[in-house]
Amino acid sequence: MNNKIKKIIPQLITLLFVILVFAFFSINASINMDTRGIDFGFGFLSQESSFDVQFSLIDYDGSYSYYRAYLVGLLNTLLVSFISIIFCTIIGVVIGVARLSPNYLIRNTAAWYVEFFRNIPLLLQLFFWYYAALRVLPLPEKADALLGVSYLTIKGFYIPSMIWNNLDIFIYSILASIISIIFIRFYAKKIQESKGKQIPLVYISAAILITLPLLSFLFGNVSLSFEMPVLKKLAKTSYIFEGGISLPPELIALVLSLSLYTSTFIAECVRAGIQGVGKGQREAAASVGLTPNQVLKLVIMPQALRIIIPPTTNQYLNLTKNSSLAAAIAYPDLVLVFAGTALMQTGKAIEIVSITMLTYLTISLAIAALMNWYNKKIEIKEK
Amino acid sequence: MNYKNILKADENNYKTFLPIGLVLIFISLTDVFLNSFLKINITSSLPENFSFFSPLILGLIGLQLIRIEYSGIKSIDLLNKNINNNNFNALLTLLIIFCIFKAFPPALSWMILDANISGDTKDACTGTGACWTYIKVWLRRFMYGMYPNELHWRINSAFILVIGLGFAGYFFKDNLKKYLALYYVIIYPLIAFLVIYYLISGGSFGLTWVETGAWGGLSLTFIVSFFCLIFCFPLGMILALGRRSNLPTIRYISVGYIEFWRGVPLITVLFMSSVMFPMFLPQDFFMDKLVRVIIAITLFEGAYCAEVIRGGLQALPRGQYDAAKSLGMGYWKMHIFVILPQALKLVIPGICNTFLALVKDTPLIFVVGLSELAGMLALAKTNPKWLGFAMEGYVFAAIIFWIICYAMSKYSYNLEAKYKTER
Repeated sequence: MNNKIKKIIPQLITLLFVILVFAFFSINASINMDTRGIDFGFGFLSQESSFDVQFSLIDYDGSYSYYRAYLVGLLNTLLVSFISIIFCTIIGVVIGVARLSPNYLIRNTAAWYVEFFRNIPLLLQLFFWYYAALRVLPLPEKADALLGVSYLTIKGFYIPSMIWNNLDIFIYSILASIISIIFIRFYAKKIQESKGKQIPLVYISAAILITLPLLSFLFGNVSLSFEMPVLKKLAKTSYIFEGGISLPPELIALVLSLSLYTSTFIAECVRAGIQGVGKGQREAAASVGLTPNQVLKLVIMPQALRIIIPPTTNQYLNLTKNSSLAAAIAYPDLVLVFAGTALMQTGKAIEIVSITMLTYLTISLAIAALMNWYNKKIEIKEK
Repeated sequence: MNYKNILKADENNYKTFLPIGLVLIFISLTDVFLNSFLKINITSSLPENFSFFSPLILGLIGLQLIRIEYSGIKSIDLLNKNINNNNFNALLTLLIIFCIFKAFPPALSWMILDANISGDTKDACTGTGACWTYIKVWLRRFMYGMYPNELHWRINSAFILVIGLGFAGYFFKDNLKKYLALYYVIIYPLIAFLVIYYLISGGSFGLTWVETGAWGGLSLTFIVSFFCLIFCFPLGMILALGRRSNLPTIRYISVGYIEFWRGVPLITVLFMSSVMFPMFLPQDFFMDKLVRVIIAITLFEGAYCAEVIRGGLQALPRGQYDAAKSLGMGYWKMHIFVILPQALKLVIPGICNTFLALVKDTPLIFVVGLSELAGMLALAKTNPKWLGFAMEGYVFAAIIFWIICYAMSKYSYNLEAKYKTER
């Protein structure tokens, strides 16, 4: 009995404390809002937003609702995170492997790369790229064509856009080839387990992945054409590119700084993962008679990935959260569009800041849950 | 002899191969060197495409020629072992050397040779290089923000005092050693707070009042990160203990708190501090912007701190808990006298890393209108008298932050290595 009370009292006190804090805040908030004549509610989301956003993936202008503005911001955040994650993974893996190179110069260059980009605050790197480095790019009329089709100018990066005819058939053909590859893998595994025969899976998969979409071009009436960016004169000295896809300089600066900064952390994860696999594993695998490629594929990588993936996902999450720095250089992401412009216009501080925070929280928790599930799946099952 | 080995040096022919290889490498390196430093192209007589790639080709052949398993010459063996193991590595080696040769002269001339530092107006900068005059003129602003020039000694002496007090723990006598933790966790933060409040803020003891809006520059970075660290440490400790508690309510509240703050970006937390905090406080209660920011960052970093300390708590062997319990110690006695002293020692490197992340995060307070170094740069950049020096400013700030962060990361790395061997 005595023991039970001893356990309940501290819990009650803590709970009471938390409730009191929340009550204090909400009472204050309601009093403050009463005196300022603000009412609490999420009705503003369906009101007309009447502000414009420079860069958006979906149709948007001032006549759409605040909810639509929220979506524009969210999609922009996800876009910049997605592009940066791809780049930082590529750079990070290369640098991480280079840090283990037997070549003295490569090893140290990679180490200095990591030390350099890791130890400068991300915001400064972002400012450097946006305000200093990208400002020395040429004006549109003076820009030289890169690879003959794209233009890197001070007003953004212009690339040709793809115009598809019957895109859906093409996508179906790719889906079909992926599904058939999965089936063939399944079948090959079965054959290997029962008869011990190996099928050259890589070649078959590559062949399917190339043939099926190619067939869709030949027989499915799929066609692809490019729209080139073309220089257009606006006024006497002002030129602009029209057509194609234009990536604003804010996006470029953001992707550059985020991927360079995060790649250093990913490089460290990759290095730790590869080093974490014992030397004995490599030697044992070699002594069983596996070729170096098989050692890497069947022994080292599965174990290294187990160490690499959890911290790397953590870095992806950090990158997504860091992409909110976009607000500092006026890239229209969730924070700038919603917690910036929309908040200024509506004055609904509590609602908007909580929606923004909850959005990031949802992304984080969803990825964390996915990661926990994955970790459970790949963890070493000891018997 | 099969033809594959014609170009391969072995113990019979290396005496002829070695000189040829070295000469080729020398030619290739001098070509690039002269090309980038003195703008002389010694291979200009060759066709254009070949002239461009000639150093690479010559260098590759040269490296291939000197690659031998064992030559007996120390430097050649070292070279072969470290940068010339196979063709791929040789290619990468050459590319890296060429890149260094190519990138070094422009960087050097921009930063030093063509740069200006004399004078104190924009007109002094005539060269094509960097204009360090800009940094020189604005240095005080970058370091101290809008703090009045004649009062800078107050910031300096406050910092010296705080750092001195931080080291005071080292000189404690043996009979005072047991109060060390008490000193660092409670007394030191209190004294440091008072020192900074009375010395930098002023308002009493005959010192003039300087409002926090005037604080800025690098000193503000230090003030914010220092306060956040000393406040988030106790918070993190409580949360870490809460997360490991076996009382479900306390555990879930701690987990909820930690996961919430770790899931949101700092910038939204800062937005919250500037637009949401005032709504949550009583009506006539005014809280300074800087204080709000410090509270927000503390709440945020507390969650990260808690995870670091939890790592330390988990690393302690179970025996420590059992031993303490078997001596009849209660929960608090056990933690204060047995568990925390050991766990905190384990997490010092981790705390160092948190602090490093904190310092790197402080420039973000720029978004709520506090101008520390990045904010001062943005301000100076738009000054009509000093337009067009963004590059110099950011390079300067990058160098300063890099030195601070690099030193701290090396320090924490050393600590980690030290504690690893002790256990």
